Amino acid sequence: HLCTSLKKDSQFWYLYSCFMVKKSEVECLIRLFHSLVERDDVRLHNNVLDRNTFRATLHNLFGMTDDMLMKRVFFAFDKNDNCMNVKEWIKGLSVFLRGTFEEKLKFCFKVYYLNSDGYISREEIFDMLKNSLHQQSSEKETDGGIEELVEKMLKKMDYDNDGKISFAVFEKAVKEETLLLEVFGQCLPEAKVQCQQPKLVEKTF
Amino acid sequence: MLSANRNPVAKILGMDYNTMKEDPSILNILDKITKEDDPESEVKMKMAMLLEELDLHLLNYSLKHASLEIHLNPVTIKKDIELLKHFSGQGEQTVLESIEYTSDYEFSNGCRAPPWRQLHGEICYVLVKPHDVETLCITCCAEGVFLNGGKTDDEGEINYERKGAIYKDLVTFLKHKSAKFSENMSKQTRLTEEQQKVKDQPKKAPKKKEADALHKSITSSNKSKLENNQINFGKNQMTKRLEPSVNWKTDVDFKVRRISVRDTQEKKHGGRPEKSTPPVSPGRAQLVHKNADKTEEIPSESSSESEEDEEPPDHRQEANADLPSEYWQIQKLVKYLKGGNQTATVIALCSMRDFNLAQETCQLAIRDVGGLEVLINLLDTDEVKCKIGSLKILKEISYNPQIRRNIVDLGGLPVMVNILDSPHKILKCLAAETIANVAKFRRARRVVRHHGGITKLVALLDCAQNSTEPAQASLYDERDVEVARCGALALWSCSKSYANKEAIRKAGGIPLLAQLLKTSHENMLIPVVGTLQECASEESYRAAIKAERIIENLVKNLNSENEQLQEHCAMAIYQCAEDEETRDLVRLHGGLKPLASLLNKTDNKERLAAVTGAIWKCSISKENVTKFREYRAIETLVGLLTDQPEEVLVNVVGALGECCQEYENRVLVRKCGGIQPLVNLLVGINQALLVNVTKAVGACAVEPESMVIIDRLDGVRLLWSLLKNPHPDVKASAAWALCPCIQNAKDAGEMVRSFVGGLELVVNLLKSDNKEVLASVCAVITNIAKDQENLAVITDHGVVPLLSKLANTNNDKLRQHLAEAISRCCMWGRNKVAFGEHKAVAPLVRYLKSNDTNVHRATAQALYQLSEDANNCITMHENGAVKLLLDMVGSPDQDLQEAAAGCISNIRRLALATEKARYP
Repeated sequence: HLCTSLKKDSQFWYLYSCFMVKKSEVECLIRLFHSLVERDDVRLHNNVLDRNTFRATLHNLFGMTDDMLMKRVFFAFDKNDNCMNVKEWIKGLSVFLRGTFEEKLKFCFKVYYLNSDGYISREEIFDMLKNSLHQQSSEKETDGGIEELVEKMLKKMDYDNDGKISFAVFEKAVKEETLLLEVFGQCLPEAKVQCQQPKLVEKTF
Repeated sequence: MLSANRNPVAKILGMDYNTMKEDPSILNILDKITKEDDPESEVKMKMAMLLEELDLHLLNYSLKHASLEIHLNPVTIKKDIELLKHFSGQGEQTVLESIEYTSDYEFSNGCRAPPWRQLHGEICYVLVKPHDVETLCITCCAEGVFLNGGKTDDEGEINYERKGAIYKDLVTFLKHKSAKFSENMSKQTRLTEEQQKVKDQPKKAPKKKEADALHKSITSSNKSKLENNQINFGKNQMTKRLEPSVNWKTDVDFKVRRISVRDTQEKKHGGRPEKSTPPVSPGRAQLVHKNADKTEEIPSESSSESEEDEEPPDHRQEANADLPSEYWQIQKLVKYLKGGNQTATVIALCSMRDFNLAQETCQLAIRDVGGLEVLINLLDTDEVKCKIGSLKILKEISYNPQIRRNIVDLGGLPVMVNILDSPHKILKCLAAETIANVAKFRRARRVVRHHGGITKLVALLDCAQNSTEPAQASLYDERDVEVARCGALALWSCSKSYANKEAIRKAGGIPLLAQLLKTSHENMLIPVVGTLQECASEESYRAAIKAERIIENLVKNLNSENEQLQEHCAMAIYQCAEDEETRDLVRLHGGLKPLASLLNKTDNKERLAAVTGAIWKCSISKENVTKFREYRAIETLVGLLTDQPEEVLVNVVGALGECCQEYENRVLVRKCGGIQPLVNLLVGINQALLVNVTKAVGACAVEPESMVIIDRLDGVRLLWSLLKNPHPDVKASAAWALCPCIQNAKDAGEMVRSFVGGLELVVNLLKSDNKEVLASVCAVITNIAKDQENLAVITDHGVVPLLSKLANTNNDKLRQHLAEAISRCCMWGRNKVAFGEHKAVAPLVRYLKSNDTNVHRATAQALYQLSEDANNCITMHENGAVKLLLDMVGSPDQDLQEAAAGCISNIRRLALATEKARYP
């Protein structure tokens, strides 16, 4: 009954046409959203997803582990009101699951820069890589290692030597080496999950 | 070796050493001397005694030295270990808790160490658990026994480094390491002695026997060790003298290793039982020889196989050498690979790719800091990105032959083969490309096959067909065509082994390759054609290539712009064109013209060799030769007779040999000045080239004008001297070439006589056991015998009994030429009678039952000659020749008719004469 009522909603058709997602897939995503919200309220506009539920979903469905990055993913999904509505949810997930390379590129870059100045700064990179090395003999040594990784990436991407990475530079580097797309941490579903979509999502719910 | 040489000590040191001192012969002499009382003989005797004393002293001295150089060998070690195994187990009485080999696999030389460790003289590794110490991992090698670094936990690999002193054998080693062992060992011995006294205790009897056996065989193994040492002594001296450089030594070692690999293969195929293995170090010299023979015996590997099978020595970078800065940077990156999460790993992998991985310093640096292990481990994880990054690096560095071997040694191939099943096309591609690089040597190719890699690679070829490409490709995906290309690339590398060719065929690879051949992408076509060309060495492939209409596409691609593609297409045609139908197909699809025009491009020698090869094989068909003449290819071929590498020359000369079967072309070759360079090539040493050159010269010699030139250039003498060539093919080909020479030379008889020892050489070739040589020599004899004087000489050299000896053959070619030779040789003296005496007549009669008219004609002519002797007529009649000859009289062949009739008339005349004599 959910879907039938949905179809009457103009928003459904909006979503459907906007994101080139299959109709059945949109239906599926909406159903998923509501099962997550755990409220059988049909009035879509009032239903929102909070950060914790979203984080749990990212972890369970897409195998993400890094807390900080999941937070960043949430903010990349969400406009600015700290809660995610169904429109944002579907828009985000369509990139997540069916996004083109360009869309994913933009999405990742958005996740990686926080202070919305349009650049990824050295400090931000360090922050994101903070936990990437297993604790070694001393904290100092680990920090040194991370510092070096940051240095390596900046050297690789910062073509204009200003200590930060712009989107243009990021785009260029990733186009040269696709592996760099998620260079500062996982912010897209795991490759193996991507392959099985959307069957997996349907099966889970 | 020991079985053939039961008493090496005596052989090396002389019989005297072996016999008792109170030699009766010495006593006899002594007696004689004392009886005669001759002062002079007494002096002699004293001298003799002194000399013998000196001799004995020298022998003892050398023996003492010999016994110092103790070397272990697989046999003694095996004995010791088996013995100790017998006395191991739980309980206080045993000497050890357990003793086990690390590897179940025993190479045919008795070693269990992997071949690359055998290089260091290591024989096997043993895990020993004594009662009182931790498990010991022991290396047994030729120098002795020592403790190694033990088994590493993760891989089960052995750390081969020596961790302690070398002991002379296993028992001594264990006595030093375990107090309990030495205690129990001595107990066992004491036990034996005690038990010998108390013989009537039935319960303990078996144990006693065991202990006894232990005691005995340890001593006996020691004894045999001593004997081996004495052999070693002699051999060591020899090898030392033969080892001028380190290079030589390594070379020998590789060969030895290769035998062991071959042997294992044989064992698998033939199920041959384990043979007694000679100890490695002393038998080395013989093994090398054996290997040389074996390489020829085993036809299973294709010609291209040998490439890069010499395993190069490992160059580890010296720790104290000046290391490049890349080394330290790479070392750091490997550290991050080991200790980082997925993100750090990807960053480290990407950074590593920023180094110049084509550079050997970087390649070796990655290996030397332990990067290979980590990279291969990453392949086993679930992380797609890490796998991609790792494979991208492995793909680059596996261009290095040493790295390839390291990858195989670390077990990288099975993992990559598994990745071929991955749903991610990019992973499939990268894995296939890396396999293509690694599988450049035989061991690697075998590993790929054994792990089912061939089937999976063939499956990759199929990708291009069901190309329902998703509208939106996932992030890490490649195009289907790319997958197929990488698959073909890997198959190309793998197809250099015979068994892999079979596996590709069985996996249904040929139709897929044929399908891919229809595309027009050069980078796809090269590996596909390369694979086909490699496989076309097999008959089954050639048939399939014909059936799948592949020739058409090969011909089409001859017109491509790409030199490599042209080369492989030409090579494939060369391989396939042994078949007549295929030759016709090449012509029908218009392949001869591009071949002829490629002949003018001589800069790329590989391509030139392939093109000339294709022309050679195609010119076996007359129609093709006509076409080639039309395209003026023959003139170009003659131009290629000088200044070309041997591979090209072999094919050019082969092609000319085929072309010159026709009159016009013979004239053409002469007019282009081809005779001189051909004759010049007769002095070469390349066997394949000589076979072709002699054939070509022979073909030219059919034309009298060319013959004059050949004669002037002393070509006949050169051909004649090739009869001494060790290889039967060359001998036969030279002999065939001599026939037209003798036929067409002016004053042939005089010319033949001028070759000192030449006639004797020819006659002696009749002792050969090669049918082709025999047939060709018979043909030469037929021609020589046309000159009466020469016939007399060869008769003196015993040509008649030798020819008669050959008569019992079923080979029609030999029969024909033999019969011709016999009929010619009948023209001298009492040879007709002699043939009868040597029982050549009865087998000849049987030749008439053959199906070959040529045999019939030659035989009838021989019988006609022989029938002039009455006894021969009787033999013929007895063997039923008359009826057979009567049939021949009705033959359409005139010469045959005439000879058969003549023979019958001779027999008839004899019968009439006897009747007349009986009833006058």
